[in-house]
Amino acid sequence: MRRRDFLKSSAAAVAGVSAPAIFTRSAEAQTRSETLLAISENAPNSQDIHGVGANRPAYEVSWNSYDRLMTYGVKKDEQGQDHYDFKKIEPELAEDMNVGPSSITFKLKRGATFHDGAPITAADVKWSFDRAVTVGGFPTFQMKAGSLEKTEQFVAVDDRTFRIDLIRKDHMTIPDLAVPVPAIYNSELCKKNVTAQDPWAMEFTKNNGAGSGAFKVSRWQPGTEVVYERFDDWKGGPLPKLRRVIWRTIPSAGNRRALLERGDADISFDLPNKDFAELAAARQLSIIGTPVENAIQYVGMNAKEGPFANPKVRQAVAWAIPYQKIMDAVLFGRAAPMFGDGDNVATGFAWPQKHGYTTDLVKAKALLTEAGFPNGFETTMSFDLGLAGVNEPMCILIQESLAQIGIRFTINKVPGSNWRNELLKKNMPLITNTFGGWLNYPEYFFFWAYHGQNAVFNTMSYQNTKMDGFIDAARAAGAIDDTAAYQAAVKGFVDMSFDEVPRIPLYQPYLNVAMQKNITGYRYWFHRQLDYRQLVKA
Amino acid sequence: MLLLIFNRVLLAIPTLVGVVVVTFVLTRALPGDPAAYFAGPAATQQSIQEIRVKLGTDRPLIEQFGRYISDLARGELGNSLTTGQPVGKEIKARLPASAELTLIGLLFAVMIAVPMGILAATRPNSFIDHATRIVSTAGVSLPVFFTGLLLVYVFYYILGVAPSPVGRLDVFLSPPRHVTGFYLIDAALGRDREVFVSALKQLVLPALTLGIFALAPIARMTRASMLAVLSSDFVRTARASGLSPYKVVVTYAFRNAMLPVITTLGMVLSFLLGANVLVEKVFAWPGIGSFAVEALIASDFAPVQGFVLTMAVLYVLLNLSIDVLYGLIDPRIRINS
Repeated sequence: MRRRDFLKSSAAAVAGVSAPAIFTRSAEAQTRSETLLAISENAPNSQDIHGVGANRPAYEVSWNSYDRLMTYGVKKDEQGQDHYDFKKIEPELAEDMNVGPSSITFKLKRGATFHDGAPITAADVKWSFDRAVTVGGFPTFQMKAGSLEKTEQFVAVDDRTFRIDLIRKDHMTIPDLAVPVPAIYNSELCKKNVTAQDPWAMEFTKNNGAGSGAFKVSRWQPGTEVVYERFDDWKGGPLPKLRRVIWRTIPSAGNRRALLERGDADISFDLPNKDFAELAAARQLSIIGTPVENAIQYVGMNAKEGPFANPKVRQAVAWAIPYQKIMDAVLFGRAAPMFGDGDNVATGFAWPQKHGYTTDLVKAKALLTEAGFPNGFETTMSFDLGLAGVNEPMCILIQESLAQIGIRFTINKVPGSNWRNELLKKNMPLITNTFGGWLNYPEYFFFWAYHGQNAVFNTMSYQNTKMDGFIDAARAAGAIDDTAAYQAAVKGFVDMSFDEVPRIPLYQPYLNVAMQKNITGYRYWFHRQLDYRQLVKA
Repeated sequence: MLLLIFNRVLLAIPTLVGVVVVTFVLTRALPGDPAAYFAGPAATQQSIQEIRVKLGTDRPLIEQFGRYISDLARGELGNSLTTGQPVGKEIKARLPASAELTLIGLLFAVMIAVPMGILAATRPNSFIDHATRIVSTAGVSLPVFFTGLLLVYVFYYILGVAPSPVGRLDVFLSPPRHVTGFYLIDAALGRDREVFVSALKQLVLPALTLGIFALAPIARMTRASMLAVLSSDFVRTARASGLSPYKVVVTYAFRNAMLPVITTLGMVLSFLLGANVLVEKVFAWPGIGSFAVEALIASDFAPVQGFVLTMAVLYVLLNLSIDVLYGLIDPRIRINS
């Protein structure tokens, strides 16, 4: 090619691009009023909750596109908002449930089908339960929490009858059937997609739906967008009002707020506390903040080694935390305080509940001196950088306050991806973290967070046989409905956790949601994801 | 010419090998452990170890590297943990989004910067020259995420003229049938006016953001190189021969001043692909930049390696095409080679 030719031809190419294109077809008009636009910071990495490493947003896809045998009922919370009711178990795919002494029998709903039209049979349920207890990782672990452990426990009696044989009496078994994990999969469809390395079709369900839920995924662009259409033959409950749900990932928090304020997006969970506080004051949008059940943000201290092994030092720290400042300056009031109850004795048998510590530096200093550290000591405080918006200002406030009693620390910011790894090492002297249990029982929380089995969530490595005794007693009493023994045990471990304070509860976080005024029917769920089925857009 | 291309490709091989080695070592040096991520919320030290064995991250580095290379040879870039998809598929789907944005941004920058540079050079120290200086200084000193957020705030939030910053298309539209992955082209091919207009509208603010950032070097380089050419002998001769100022500046001077401008364009294009990362974040643009950043935050090795490798290949191709362009524009280069 010669130079002049090249220049000429490139000029022609430019002209070609700018020449107006002729259009004939216009895209079909879509009804915006029956479509919900939800926006979030993160996107699901799988459509299947059983998937290895499935993230939280993946729970939302699974929850809405699959059914469980049973689900939870609804109640009104103190603010008059809809709140799932963990005491009320209702049928979803099952028509009824018969609890016998050593087994539970379910009858499946008549005429229920999967998205592809295949009828749902007890064999599908058995296959799904077998899968959940076999694939390992999170699903298997969650099933175990309800004493659902072996495939032999699950029996397909006939097409519509499914039986679970109990290996032990456990009052978590039935509640555990209504969490997202025991979803019912289309076993015939899955079996067509198994390979030698993948006997449970995990690769297939990661990218494809195999459920019977109220919504089916019609488009999935990983990291960007999930689009659902309503499944009009859904038998799991009353037909949802929304026909379509579009869920877009908007990484910038400022833009999420702008989209809501401009009325372009309908609903979002993911805004900073400050934005929620401001939006609530502006009253243009509906803002609902629900305390996250059984969840607490806390300061944890390594009870196994170092100065914090001394309970007096831990109490000194508990008296030196700037609780109210954290509530005001970090959370903008959008959390339930867990401090200042007046005394360190349990009030009632619910959890979380307030402890008696407040900010009293004189008391803190005295305790520290008594413990043998009149001049304090140096240490480090670690937090998860993935949640820096709350953790970082909080640590700085605590740093300032503890310095006044002589405890000086440097702040160690751990990248989110490494946080769990660091927790597992159990050697950080001082941390702040959140823990919440799905199942809303005090002993469930304490079993993970305070028990001497030293689970990853017992981030303080707190081990005390007396504490274990209370927790085990509560679990045993709960299983046989012995109320008196149960309450005594709960009071025992709550009192002890306040006195020994291996972790200092700060507040119960809120699950905040912002939505347009024309969106109603929002319901709080323990899994903290959005349930589209009850939402109505006027 | 073919020999030149062949030589260039040959020279690119050591670069690519270096990139492969460095990204491998760097990603392994990052804190974080994909096994801990995979193992889920209730993992024990033992279950994480099992997953490490499964993923092969318990093996010595050199063995992991060998496995990586053999996968790479088969075109396998691994799986992303954050989106759950194969990296190759993700990059293929996301590269057109980034490329479309970058090219439109660059086009915008060139359309403003080149005339500005020429005008500034023909009238040094005039009003237009100072204006060029101010615009280019401002453009280069404003970080892209700031410009991006500012534009969104003004044009979307306050004025309401720009569409919502939700990515490549209005949420209620479906993407056009995939041909090239460039929505503008695909929509035009599918004769879908609504999608085309929406895609174009969504492009305006992010492209503007990138363009403002890219203005400065192009305008400055155009001005400098025009100044040099305008003071050279052949321009004086042309002027003395009584040619019209337009003919002198545009036909003779500008064509000769293009060479350094093209070099700068190549450079600008490469750093725009990098600057994209932040613009994509702000505008929820599903490009490879935002993909790589999210992966980096999650210590997700495979996408980061895939991203760096793709970028390296792109740079090599870009430099190659610029060298070829040189040859076409300037006969001296061809003769020398």
